[in-house]
Amino acid sequence: MHDVAATHDSSKGQYFWVWGALLILTAVEVVLAYKQVFEAVRMLEILMILSVIKSALIIGYFMHLKFETALMRWMITLSVVACFIIMYFFFFPDAGRITTLGVK
Amino acid sequence: MAEVTILSHDAVQHGMPAAGHAAPGEYEAPLFGAYSKKVGMWLFLASDSLTFGALLFAFSYNRIYTTPWPTPFHVASITNATIMTACLLSSSLTMVLGVFAAQRGDRAWTRNWLLATMVFGTAFIVLHGMEWTKLIAEGLTLPGFPKPATAVAGELADVSKAAPQFPATFFGLTAMHMLHVTIGVIYLGVVALRKLFLPILAALWLAGWLLIPTDNVFHYGIHALLIALIVAAVIIFLKPKDYDAHDVEVSGLYWHFVDLVWMFIFPLVYLMSTKIS
Repeated sequence: MHDVAATHDSSKGQYFWVWGALLILTAVEVVLAYKQVFEAVRMLEILMILSVIKSALIIGYFMHLKFETALMRWMITLSVVACFIIMYFFFFPDAGRITTLGVK
Repeated sequence: MAEVTILSHDAVQHGMPAAGHAAPGEYEAPLFGAYSKKVGMWLFLASDSLTFGALLFAFSYNRIYTTPWPTPFHVASITNATIMTACLLSSSLTMVLGVFAAQRGDRAWTRNWLLATMVFGTAFIVLHGMEWTKLIAEGLTLPGFPKPATAVAGELADVSKAAPQFPATFFGLTAMHMLHVTIGVIYLGVVALRKLFLPILAALWLAGWLLIPTDNVFHYGIHALLIALIVAAVIIFLKPKDYDAHDVEVSGLYWHFVDLVWMFIFPLVYLMSTKIS
């Protein structure tokens, strides 16, 4: 049986690094939002990329998914991501169509 | 691990190693090689991520077709939301340290780290509640909310009239997240303090109900604590147990999830609606 305690308690320092990285990435997001060096769509893309990086750090390290079996890692990740992709293709073309048609 | 296909009940429920071949009363090995409570929590989190995904998509959908989209968040709101983010990130670190303490068998530090996590979580809820109260007082509201005692006229009152999609999606999304954080704090309280947490929760509910003014939406929202108190009492009295390291780890998964969701709400809702003055 997989035992997180036995394999990872000795490397607690990495969790402090992850915590520091998450705080720094948050600070970068706030600065980018206030400097407004990018136009809105590009800003959204950058903020979402940073959010995905932050969520990968949280899922991988804090939630220990990185240390689970490959089957569990891939099954959970792929199923959730697939659902989001399906939702994306259902929702956004319609929102764009409303904008194009000028329907309020 | 792969060659063992039959495990004892303890192996399935508590991650204990199997000791030999199948015997009466034994169970099939779990699918992912992890104990069943952990797999169950992961499956719940996968489904809950779709709930938040749908809310975030709804927010984005409304934003795309609503022009112009309001940008009401001044420096004070963004600073507040940034501190809230730091609280949640720090709570995740204390939660990890609590899980390690539990796995070492250090009960005192497990409780201490869980209490620290609860303090950060409570700080998040209080800051968020103060921000909601401020926004509602300035006119950003929904039809069902109690009206503030003082008359409201200003920029945010105009936002509620011109683009009701904004308060609807903002309050819907952040309320759902705030509810999850509240449930998380109560979950950790039950794991850390067990029966001792029930009178604390009852006192918090009563104090909140009596002290929060009736024209504040949280005067009614605080009753979520009463519902949680009843549910927690039923669970604790029907199945009294001493929560072990696996229970702490599973509660940690839930806690990190509410942190994870905020990593998307913060940029999408706050940073993309920043008002630069």
